[in-house]
Amino acid sequence: MAHKDNGYLSAKESRRISRENKKVTDKLEKQYRRKNVPEDEFLTKLDNPDNALEVRDLHTYFFTDMGVVKSVDGISFDVPIGKTVGIVGESGCGKSVTSLSIMQLLQRPQGQIVSGEIRLNTGDKVYDIAKINAQTVQKLRGRYMSMIFQEPMTSLNPVFRIGDQVDEVLQLHFPGVPLDQIKARTIELLNMAGIANAEGVYRMFPHELSGGMRQRVMIAIALACSPRLIIADEPTTALDVTIQAQILDLLRNLKDKINSSIMLITHDLGVIAEMADYVVVMYSGRIVEQGTAEEIFAHPAHPYTIGLMASKPVVGKKIDKLYSIPGKVPNPVNMPDYCYFRDRCEMKLDRCNGEYPCEINISPTHKVSCYRFYDKKEGE
Amino acid sequence: MADEIKNAAEEEETTVATETAVADPVAEESVQEAPAAAAETPAQGEVVMSEEERKAAEKAEKQRQKEELKRLKEEARAKALYVDKSYDPVEYDPQYILMVNNLKKYFPIKDGVFARTVGYVRAVDGVTFNLKRGTTMGLVGESGCGKTTTGRVILRLSGEKTAGQVLFNGEEVYDKTPAEMRALRTKMQIVFQDPFSSLSPRLPVGEIIGEAVREHKLVPKEEYNDYIDDIMDKCGLQPFHKYRYPHEFSGGQRQRICIARALALNPEFVVCDEPVSALDVSIQAQIINLLKELQEHFKLTYLFISHDLSVVEHISDSVGVMYLGNLVEYGTTEEIFSNPLHPYTKALFSAIPVPDPTVKMNRIILEGSIPSPANPPEGCKFHTRCPYATEECKHVAPCQREIEPGHYVVCHLYNK
Repeated sequence: MAHKDNGYLSAKESRRISRENKKVTDKLEKQYRRKNVPEDEFLTKLDNPDNALEVRDLHTYFFTDMGVVKSVDGISFDVPIGKTVGIVGESGCGKSVTSLSIMQLLQRPQGQIVSGEIRLNTGDKVYDIAKINAQTVQKLRGRYMSMIFQEPMTSLNPVFRIGDQVDEVLQLHFPGVPLDQIKARTIELLNMAGIANAEGVYRMFPHELSGGMRQRVMIAIALACSPRLIIADEPTTALDVTIQAQILDLLRNLKDKINSSIMLITHDLGVIAEMADYVVVMYSGRIVEQGTAEEIFAHPAHPYTIGLMASKPVVGKKIDKLYSIPGKVPNPVNMPDYCYFRDRCEMKLDRCNGEYPCEINISPTHKVSCYRFYDKKEGE
Repeated sequence: MADEIKNAAEEEETTVATETAVADPVAEESVQEAPAAAAETPAQGEVVMSEEERKAAEKAEKQRQKEELKRLKEEARAKALYVDKSYDPVEYDPQYILMVNNLKKYFPIKDGVFARTVGYVRAVDGVTFNLKRGTTMGLVGESGCGKTTTGRVILRLSGEKTAGQVLFNGEEVYDKTPAEMRALRTKMQIVFQDPFSSLSPRLPVGEIIGEAVREHKLVPKEEYNDYIDDIMDKCGLQPFHKYRYPHEFSGGQRQRICIARALALNPEFVVCDEPVSALDVSIQAQIINLLKELQEHFKLTYLFISHDLSVVEHISDSVGVMYLGNLVEYGTTEEIFSNPLHPYTKALFSAIPVPDPTVKMNRIILEGSIPSPANPPEGCKFHTRCPYATEECKHVAPCQREIEPGHYVVCHLYNK
């Protein structure tokens, strides 16, 4: 067991943890690496056929030598077709790990989906990505779900031309299509992403483009196969305000054009308010609150959501002192068994000392995990 | 690097253009000359003579072209190297702690075998503002517009200035001798953007904060320990943190260490260079509150550099908006936010996302991106992206004028 007081481990202790981890990860890796498995094994059914993605009780752990880090610890949410779902939270709360789990791009072998279901609607079939193998997921990744990364500076390959990098996606997913058709489609995509000189950019290298232009290229790559689900992981964090406005505008228009869904991950509540139809608030690997954007912004229920909103200054509202949430995020290796937010919460009740609160429906779409709303549930 | 490439490419383009322009009249001339010579002088000898003459004329023409090209190149070079150092000196006004007048900082671009200066990156290109004692001025703008350089040049941290005046308490900062400068450094301090790279990983926190205090002999030896404890306490650090190293702290705590280091010297003026950009929202609030508390306690003056407009509005008394090395608009926070005048300010403010889904913003989306500061557009630098640009904007650079008391704007739209 890890020493709880200082977090330092002896070498012997660390080796033992690493040995135990290896047993678990080897088993999961073996399952992921299987080949020529009949596809039926990965097929499942949706709760609601109008959803593009359903995540049910997802657990993603990192097996490190310091102990198991439960980055995502039982989250469930839906992404309806044609809608935008925003995920907010501080850094380290598991937003990005959720998106990487959906794409099966976790840092293997340490990072593993331990249990849960991720159901992806591809139109005629529904795949369970949590149990899928490497061979099958390659056919889905980029075709039915794609991702826009945070850093446009590092996510393009510096030694290939822009055109080749967009072509690659199309060549992989539509084998047998002649090259000139693929090139025509690529140029169409670049035009669609708002690049003025598409023919010229096709022959350029990434270093010749500015940050905003590179992010447009990333969007063109993500949209190449008209995917069902676009995961945008902090797409505008590295960009300036004026460029951010351009990119958000573009994403919104393109989503409607190809009728796909967006999962938008960000820590900026302003971006969420502008883009999202539904909002999911995460804290320490769990969802503390979810609902429609109107519900979350007009009636935030969880103390963490309330604190998060109060701590951000808003243009046009003059206040003397900003609210700041006291304390800090609990250590991810030794999570407490009570509500993770209890020690920082200013509205805590006596019953908060009990186990982690379950999700309570305040309205049909608005769910919150907080003991403050238990009375309401019992009263019904 | 990219700027240099662009610059070089453009220079090449202009030379090619002039070459063709020069070549055209030559071709016409020779075509006209040839039939005339054939008609007038049918004799054999004279034809030979005229051919020789023609050769000589061609040679002279080529020489002329060469010289013309050389002249154009030199002109382009002179233009690239031209530095306007003129400014109207300002009189010291005691209500202002800092007066910046037409401040310029150009960084040379070196090229070729002998690393000759071929041009300048005009990072700060004529910035004028005054800062009242005990207030906070916010400096906003896109990345690459010269906010950080302005802060550093005011503190004399990036070599010599190119032109202009920086008066701190009425004294020109750049006229100080090294010894005087050392003493002045205790009066003006800076908090850097990235708390992860601005703290030495090999020094314990107590030493990071106290090193300069000891060096400047600000407190007697016996009071030194209490003094450091006191400063750390004010910045929200515990006394036992003194013996720890920076890697043991989180981002917010590190930023507190940076602030404590700056305040330990008891400064009058602090440049905060994006102090909260690298931090999470909830930590941001803590640091902003801390900065405000310390300002009241120590009567500090801040120059708060940030690209986050909502933070700037919260903390500042006055705001300056920068674009490509120029301060395009400057005034009190209320004035700027309620009544932005410059088209760039308007676009910038309309781009701020508002955390309220019921509000639908009327966005002004600017086309394109910020031009290179090594090769800025002529006239008003914003005319390439400005929706209201006129012919005048393309050629004449606007100057700063006061629209309302304390509200300055650099734009032709407000000339009347």
